[in-house]
Amino acid sequence: MAHPHHGNDFPQTAEIILSLPFILGIVIYLFMMIYTNKQGRKWPIYRAFLWVSGSFLSLIAVAGPLAELSHTDFRVHMIGHLLLGMLGPLLMVLGAPVTLLLRSLPVRQARRVTKLFRSKIAEFLSHPLVTSTLNIGGLWVLYTTNLYVMMHEYMWLHIVVHLHVFLAGYLFTVSMIYIDPIPHRRSFFSRSIILVLALAAHGILSKYIYYTPPIGVPPYEAEVGGMIMYYGGDAVDLIIIIILCAQWYKATKPRVHRKQKLASI
Amino acid sequence: MEISGKEQAYKIQYASRNLWSGVLFGLGMVAFLDEALFHQILGWHHFYDKSTTEIGLLSDGLFHAFSWFATVGSLFMVADLRRRNGFWLKRWYGGVLLGAGGFNLYDGIVHHKILKVHQIRYDTDNLFLYDVVWNSIAAVILIIGIIVTLKTRHMLKRSNS
Repeated sequence: MAHPHHGNDFPQTAEIILSLPFILGIVIYLFMMIYTNKQGRKWPIYRAFLWVSGSFLSLIAVAGPLAELSHTDFRVHMIGHLLLGMLGPLLMVLGAPVTLLLRSLPVRQARRVTKLFRSKIAEFLSHPLVTSTLNIGGLWVLYTTNLYVMMHEYMWLHIVVHLHVFLAGYLFTVSMIYIDPIPHRRSFFSRSIILVLALAAHGILSKYIYYTPPIGVPPYEAEVGGMIMYYGGDAVDLIIIIILCAQWYKATKPRVHRKQKLASI
Repeated sequence: MEISGKEQAYKIQYASRNLWSGVLFGLGMVAFLDEALFHQILGWHHFYDKSTTEIGLLSDGLFHAFSWFATVGSLFMVADLRRRNGFWLKRWYGGVLLGAGGFNLYDGIVHHKILKVHQIRYDTDNLFLYDVVWNSIAAVILIIGIIVTLKTRHMLKRSNS
């Protein structure tokens, strides 16, 4: 079975362009952490660990041996997609980068950042319906049109698609579980409903890929790839579901019992 | 005496939440067992069947996602009921049986037979027998669930009067 191929220079250039933001992200994060620690406010080390490991998993999906193999093998491509679009972004969100940023900036600049987050565009981009559409809708377009095969032909398309997969995955996670401060908050109930619908669309697309291989993908690879997408998606979404429910549980803590406790002391 | 009376009042107050938490957990548990036992361990169910209808794919996808969320959500509901001293075990497992039996029956009739998502087993000549056993077990679980739930309803009525 012939695989889509490309010129020799394109993979390396694309790898450098795509990995640069993640490397910069790690460096800036650690720099900010050292800065705030020096100022006397200890930043939890586990957050740094989450940010670095999430960045690293995203990074190996766009550069290195895994990324190279994913050009020719759809199964590897799907593992890369799970890392770049789901697990990597989730771990990075749990690193609470915006909280760290606001802590390390001078007050005036921190205010400017929060103003940006309160803007209409931020409201739009953090709405779970919008992020779900960007995330799952983007994947539907990628795997059901000739975009998948085109992505291997044109470097700029390759870069845009990978950036989109990561950013859509990140925004999706941000819109579902609130780790960093987020001005436009949605109810737990509406987020849960949209999360279930997004998860369903992801699962249905996985099965669709299983029996309708994307253009240029051999049937066997599509079958295994579809199953990797299905079960891998379930695994990562389980973490999101548990965190969302735990936040819900915490937020609905009954007040009466606290009063009773206080009275009994 | 007074404490148990208070707990009784909490149980009554959260009666429907106990039931719903049970239904959601029953549904989620059955979907999980279906996946673990029949898809993975026994390998009877297939990941995809060529005769699946489009609506079958949609229904299967929605139920799968919903059951995944329901398993986790219902257990957090149990934790919530417990911290409110309102957990009512009998009403809860009545709900579990309702959810488990109801979903199994839906799976066995709508998913397997009408929407043809997949069959119970492929390497057999007597699929009909499998279908009968599957749906009978589901119906029995559902009926026990209805009986248990009705019994707790009697308790509800008694305490109201």
